[in-house]
Amino acid sequence: MTGRYAAGATVQVRHGSMSGHYRTPAYVQGKIGSVVRLHGEFPNPESRAYGATGLPEQPLYMVRFRQHDLWGDYSGESADSVVIDLFEHWLAPAEEQDV
Amino acid sequence: MPRTHDLGGLPAGAIDQAEHATEPWERDVFATVITSIFDAGLINLDELRRAIEDIPRDDYARLGYYERWTIALETLLIQKGVVTLAEIEEKLRAIDARGHVA
Amino acid sequence: MSETHTHEHASPAADAPLGALAKRSVALHLLLVEKGLLCAADIHAKVEWIENISPATGARVVARCWTDEAFKQRLLADANAAAAECDVKVIIPLVAVENTDRVHNLIVCTLCSCYPRFLIGEPPAWYKSLEYRSRAVSDPRGVLREFGLEVDADTEVRVYDSSADMRYVVIPRRPPGSEGLSEEELAAFVTRDSMIGVALTLSPDEAARSSSPLD
Repeated sequence: MTGRYAAGATVQVRHGSMSGHYRTPAYVQGKIGSVVRLHGEFPNPESRAYGATGLPEQPLYMVRFRQHDLWGDYSGESADSVVIDLFEHWLAPAEEQDV
Repeated sequence: MPRTHDLGGLPAGAIDQAEHATEPWERDVFATVITSIFDAGLINLDELRRAIEDIPRDDYARLGYYERWTIALETLLIQKGVVTLAEIEEKLRAIDARGHVA
Repeated sequence: MSETHTHEHASPAADAPLGALAKRSVALHLLLVEKGLLCAADIHAKVEWIENISPATGARVVARCWTDEAFKQRLLADANAAAAECDVKVIIPLVAVENTDRVHNLIVCTLCSCYPRFLIGEPPAWYKSLEYRSRAVSDPRGVLREFGLEVDADTEVRVYDSSADMRYVVIPRRPPGSEGLSEEELAAFVTRDSMIGVALTLSPDEAARSSSPLD
């Protein structure tokens, strides 16, 4: 099973729209992180939420973010991180986006 | 501003660590919803989440976890034409009239 | 089929929103069964299931990790397959993450409160609270401090936000002084909170004093 991104790839999270259902929280939108692993392919909750099948299944990645990249005022240690599962269509290679 | 349910990173106060036992009606809602999803295929989990997320912000904040599940289940069943509001209200009157649930 | 219930219900005079929704949920249950869409026995089976799940299941898996390194590696690589070895029926994708001397893990679902019930029982009320869902990702050390846990500055605090299909569970560190004990004895040290990540496991002394390993 392969997806677009390999483990270690640097990715930037896209911004969401104001409509629909999706599982990409605002706090990671626009942020840059690194891919930990590809979980596999799963039905898309964005269409399932409105009664559709969610097919075809979409690649889902475990992505890690440094806390200091997420919050301007993070009070913890520099190694601290957040790990979250994101679908491939929410990610772009970091160099393709304006930072 | 993030959507109603999108809470990660919002300012918030201390966490109430008290244990609260799940009430029987809450377990029954859990069971009814899970049965609706996995046995009957009436709804799916993503629809449930979406219906919870559509709850108005003020209500979302003050309602309990399983109260939100109840609202979401009802909304979805009405949307899908499985039950009507009139049927629900008639059932509520019947429950009240009997003074017990049986 | 007759249906009997032992539900709490709002009195007819109740007008508090809380009671009203509880009663509404009962109405939905009755309607769905009366319409033949749901089987009362199926609902009852799930009520029984949720009444019987507990952290003891996860504690057993953690204890096996402590005594069997190869099992732990299998669990970290594929938690569903490894948990099945312990007769744990894992119904959704599970990921186990290990606390070490370099990493302390914490689990949250900021969007809705997803939780591995089948492995560690019902979630505590605080896990589902707006406060935990808000602060666990942005102030995990503050949250841990509230729970009485201070993590060293040179240990990474890693927060897993369960945003998709995967459910996460923490494999806490084996407590000092627990050498030579059986898996069953070790499982008694593993609490629900240690598998969420807001606490360490009990020490042998604490386990001996504790009235319940599930606190």
